[in-house]
Amino acid sequence: MIDFTSLIVAPPELTRHAAALLVLGPLVASCAAALSPNGRWAWIISFLASAFSFWMALALTGEVAREGVIVYAMGGFEPPYGISFRIDWLGAMFALLLSSMAMIAAAYSGYSLNAEILEGKRTLFQAGFLLCLAGLLGMTSTGDAFNAFVFLEISSIGTYALIGVGASRDRRALPAAFNYLILGTVGATFYVIGVGFLYAAAGTLNMADLASRLPALEESRAAEAGFAFIMVGLGLKAAMFPLHGWLPSAYAHAPSLMNVFLSATATKAAVYLMVRFAFDVFPPDSIIVERFMIWVMAPLAGVAAIVCSTQAIFQTELRRILAFSSVAQVGYMMLAIAVASGAGIAAGLLHLTAHALMKAALFMAIGGVTLSVTGLRLSDFNGAGRTAPWTMTPFAIASFSLLGVPLTMGFLTKWRLIEAMLGDAYYWAVAVIAISSILSLFYVGRMLEVLFFQPAQTGKNRIREAPLGALIPLWVLTVATIWFGIDGRMVEYIADSAATAVLGGVE
Amino acid sequence: MTEYAPHLDTNTIVNFGLLAMLLAVLVAIVRTRSLLAAVLLMGIYSLISAVWFVVLDAADVAFTEAVVGAGVSTAFLLGAILLTRTESLTKRWQDMVMPGLVCVGAGVLLFYAALDLPLFGDPSAPANAHVGRFYIEETKNDVGVPNIVTAVLASYRGFDTLGETIVVFAGGIGVALMLGFGERSMGDLPPALRSPVMEALAESDHHVVLRSVAKLLIPIIALYAFYVQFHGEVGAGGGFQAGVIFAVAVILHALIFGLADTMDAIPPELARAFAALGVLLYSGVGVINMINGGNFLDYDHLFPLAFEAGLPGSHLSGGYHHWGQHFGIIIIELGVLFTVAATMIAMFYAFAGRAADVVGEGARG
Amino acid sequence: MSSFVGYANYFAVIILMMGGLYVIFSTSNLIKRMIGLSILQTSVGLFYITTSKVFGGTVPILIDEDDPARAELASRLDPAYFESAAYDGVVYSNPLPHVLILTAIVVGVATLAVGLAIAVRVREAYGTVEREEIERKDRIRHAHESYEDELDETEASEADA
Repeated sequence: MIDFTSLIVAPPELTRHAAALLVLGPLVASCAAALSPNGRWAWIISFLASAFSFWMALALTGEVAREGVIVYAMGGFEPPYGISFRIDWLGAMFALLLSSMAMIAAAYSGYSLNAEILEGKRTLFQAGFLLCLAGLLGMTSTGDAFNAFVFLEISSIGTYALIGVGASRDRRALPAAFNYLILGTVGATFYVIGVGFLYAAAGTLNMADLASRLPALEESRAAEAGFAFIMVGLGLKAAMFPLHGWLPSAYAHAPSLMNVFLSATATKAAVYLMVRFAFDVFPPDSIIVERFMIWVMAPLAGVAAIVCSTQAIFQTELRRILAFSSVAQVGYMMLAIAVASGAGIAAGLLHLTAHALMKAALFMAIGGVTLSVTGLRLSDFNGAGRTAPWTMTPFAIASFSLLGVPLTMGFLTKWRLIEAMLGDAYYWAVAVIAISSILSLFYVGRMLEVLFFQPAQTGKNRIREAPLGALIPLWVLTVATIWFGIDGRMVEYIADSAATAVLGGVE
Repeated sequence: MTEYAPHLDTNTIVNFGLLAMLLAVLVAIVRTRSLLAAVLLMGIYSLISAVWFVVLDAADVAFTEAVVGAGVSTAFLLGAILLTRTESLTKRWQDMVMPGLVCVGAGVLLFYAALDLPLFGDPSAPANAHVGRFYIEETKNDVGVPNIVTAVLASYRGFDTLGETIVVFAGGIGVALMLGFGERSMGDLPPALRSPVMEALAESDHHVVLRSVAKLLIPIIALYAFYVQFHGEVGAGGGFQAGVIFAVAVILHALIFGLADTMDAIPPELARAFAALGVLLYSGVGVINMINGGNFLDYDHLFPLAFEAGLPGSHLSGGYHHWGQHFGIIIIELGVLFTVAATMIAMFYAFAGRAADVVGEGARG
Repeated sequence: MSSFVGYANYFAVIILMMGGLYVIFSTSNLIKRMIGLSILQTSVGLFYITTSKVFGGTVPILIDEDDPARAELASRLDPAYFESAAYDGVVYSNPLPHVLILTAIVVGVATLAVGLAIAVRVREAYGTVEREEIERKDRIRHAHESYEDELDETEASEADA
C-alpha cells in the first residue's frame, strides 16, 4: 500500500487552499508572464508556475487520500449556491497528470520557443500557455457545470491563437486554427445548451446537486436532450470520431510546444468531463447513459480505432501520422470507458495517462530536431536516428509504448484494456484493439524504418541532436514510460481509486 | 399552490413580436451575400435581442448585449471586413444540404425535448424555485446590495466572473499574438503598407463639425462609463459594461482624430499593462481574503473580522452594512473595468493598425 | 392557447439557434462563419433568459419597502398567483441565468475577436478568406511544389508580423 498522505509537503496554510491555488498559480503567473520584459523571464515564470501547480496537486492528492473528497467553496458560499471546487480521486489524478505534463512542457519550452517563435511574441506565448494550463486544471477541478464552461473557454481561446502562431513554420496552421476555433466554440456552445436544459429541468448548476436531483427526472426528455448535447459538445472537444476533423491539422501544424502540450492534455480534459457527466452527474444505471455507451460511444470508438489507424498509415508527414494515431488512441480510451465497468473506466484512464506520456515524448523528439530538418515529410527525417541517437532513442521507446511492447507503460495499459473488455464480454472490442494494433505496427514500423534504417543525410542537411534543454524533459518522459511499464502499481492504484470514486456517485 | 397556466399579457405579446423580428433578421443574414449587410444585420440582431432582454426583465444582460454585441463586435467585424473582403461566394446547393439536415435534426431533437420543459414564466419551475429563489431571498442578508444580479455576479458566483475576466484577457493575448498591437501603424509607412482601416477613416479627416461634436461627446461618454461602473450595485451596470463603454469612447477618438493621436494618448503598452493589472487586482482581492482566514474571494474576510466589526453599521455588530462585501465588489469591478477596457482598446489597435500585407499568394483584391 | 404561450418561446429560440448553426456550416466565407457563431451564442442567451422569466415579474433589483412601484406592480397580478410567486411583496425574475449569460456574452466577444484576427492572418497568407479556395491552394501546393519555397515565403510573412 502506498502512503499518499506523505505527498503533502506544503505547509497547512497552503494545503487548506490547495484546490484554489492549483488554478490560481498559473493564472496570476500568466499576467506576470505577459508583463515580463523578455522571453527568458517569461520562461522562468512559466516553469515556476507549473511547478507550483504540481506541488499543489501533490498536496491535493495527499488530502484526497486522507479525506476522500475535498470541497472548496469559492467566496465561502456553500454549494449549490456558490461555486465550489470538488476534488475526488479522479480530479486528483487529472490535477497530477496535467500539472506534471505542463511542468515538463514548460521546461521544454525554453528551447522550443527560442527555436520557433520570434522574440517579440515569446512572452505572450508563455502567457497563453499558462492560461491554457489554468483553464484545463479548472475544468477538471470545478464542481459547477457552468464554471466548467468558463474554464473550457479559458483553455481554448488562448490555444486557438497559439496554434495559429505555427504559421511561421507552415501557413496551414492558420486555417487549422480557425477551423478548430469554429468547431471548438460550437462544441462549447453545445455544452452550454446541454447545461441549460439540465438547469431548466433540475434548477441547479452544481454537479453534486444535479446528481442528487437527476434520478427523480429519469424519464425527463429535457434531461436526456441535455445529456446528448453535453456529450456531443464534449465529444467535439475530445475529438471523438466522427467529430475529430479539426484535430489532425491543428496538431500537425501547431508549434512544437503546443504539439507536446495539447496532445498530452487538451483532449484528455474533455474526456474527463465526459466521464464526470456520464457516470457521476447522471446516475450510471440510467437508461440514457447505458444506451449512449452501448449504441453510440462504443461503436464510434471502435470505428475510430480502426479507421484512423488506417489513415495514419497513408499520411506523408510525420506530425500528421502521429495526429491521426492520437484520434485512434482516443478511440481506445472511449472504448474502454464505454464498457462502463469499474475496470473499464480504470483501464481507459490508465491508457489516457500512458498516451499522454508517449505522445508528448514523440512530439518532443520531433520538435527537438526541427531546427536541422528541412521539411515536414517523413522522408525529410531520413536517418535521423543515426545522427541524433540521443533524441531519437526516446522516440523509438515511445513508439514501442504506442505498440504495447512489454516493459513499456503501453503494454500495461493495453493489458488492462483487454482484461476489462473480456471481463464484460466485449469480445468484438478486443478484436478491434487487436486489428488496430496490427495497423499501428505498419505506421510505427514505417516511421522507425525511416528514422533508423535509411541512410543518414550529410553535410548541410545533417540532422543534429537536440540541445540539453530539450533532451532532459524528453528523457524524463522516457524514463517514466519505462518505470511505469515495470512497476505501475502507483498509477494503477490512482486509476482504480478514480474509477471507484466516479462510479460510487456522489458521497 | 395553484396550478400555473400562462396567458397573454402585453409583455408576452411584445416578446413574440421581437422574436418574430429576430427570425426575419436571421433569414436576411442567411440570404445576403454582402458581408457588409451581414455585419450590420448582425448588429441589428444584437440590438433587438437587447430590447427583448429588457422585456424579459434582464436589464443587465440587455445593457451588455447592447454595448458588446451591437457595439464592439460590430466594430471588430467591420475592421476585419476592411482587411479581408466584402462579398462571400455564391453558395452551391450541394453545400447547403448536409448542414441543413444536421440543423433540422438537432432542432427536432430540441423541439421534442422542449415539450418537457416547464412552461414559460412559471414561478415554480425548478430553475426559478431552487437556487434562483435562494439568491432573491438571501442577497440582502449575505451581500447587502440591492442589485441581485450584481450580488450573484460579483459575490456568489464571483469565481465565474474572475474566469470571464480572464477569458477577455486570453482573447487579448490571442489577438496580439495574431496581429500584434498595431505597432506597424506607428511608423512612417509607404502607402502600400498603410492600414486599410485607417485609410478608410482618413477620408473623414476634414469634417470640422464631426471633430467639434466628438470633442464634446467623448468626455461625456467616458464620464458615463464611470457612472455605469459605480452604479452597478444599485442598478443595471458594472465593470463589463463600463469597460466596453470606455473603450468605445477611445475607439471614437481614434476614428475621428486618427489612430496615431489616440496611441499617443493611450499607448499599446499601457493597455497591455492595465489588462494584466485588472486580473491581478481581482485575484489580489481573493488572495487577501485567504490571508485573512477566509476562502478565496470570500469578501467577508476582506478586512480582518475585528476591524470589520468596528466599522459603523457593520453587520457583525448588528447593523446591515457588509463592508467587506461592498468594498470587495467595488475593487473587483474595478479590476474588471481595467481588463475589459484595456483589452478592447488593444484589440481595436490590433485590427485598426494592421497594415496591408502583400506577402502570400496573389495580390490583394 | 396556454400551451402555445408556454412553449412558443422555446421553439422560436431553438429555430434561431439552429439558424446560427446553419450559417456556420453552410458558408465557406470565414467572416460570415464568425457571424453565424455570434448568432448561435446570442440565441443560446435567449434560451437561458427564457427560462429565467417569471410571469408578471420585474427586474431582479430589490425594491425599497416604501417605494410606490410595489403597489403598482402588485395591482397588475391575480392575487392568488401573486401570493404564490412573490418574495417580500414583489415578484422578481430569476437572476441566475442573467449572470450566466452576461458571462457567455463576454466569452462570445473574446472568441469573435480571436477568430477574426486569425481570419485576417489567413487572408494575408492565402489571399482569400473562402474555405474552398484555401483548401484548393493547399492541395495544389502540397501535392506538387517543393517545401522550401513556401518556408521562405511564410518566414517573410512572419517576420513582418
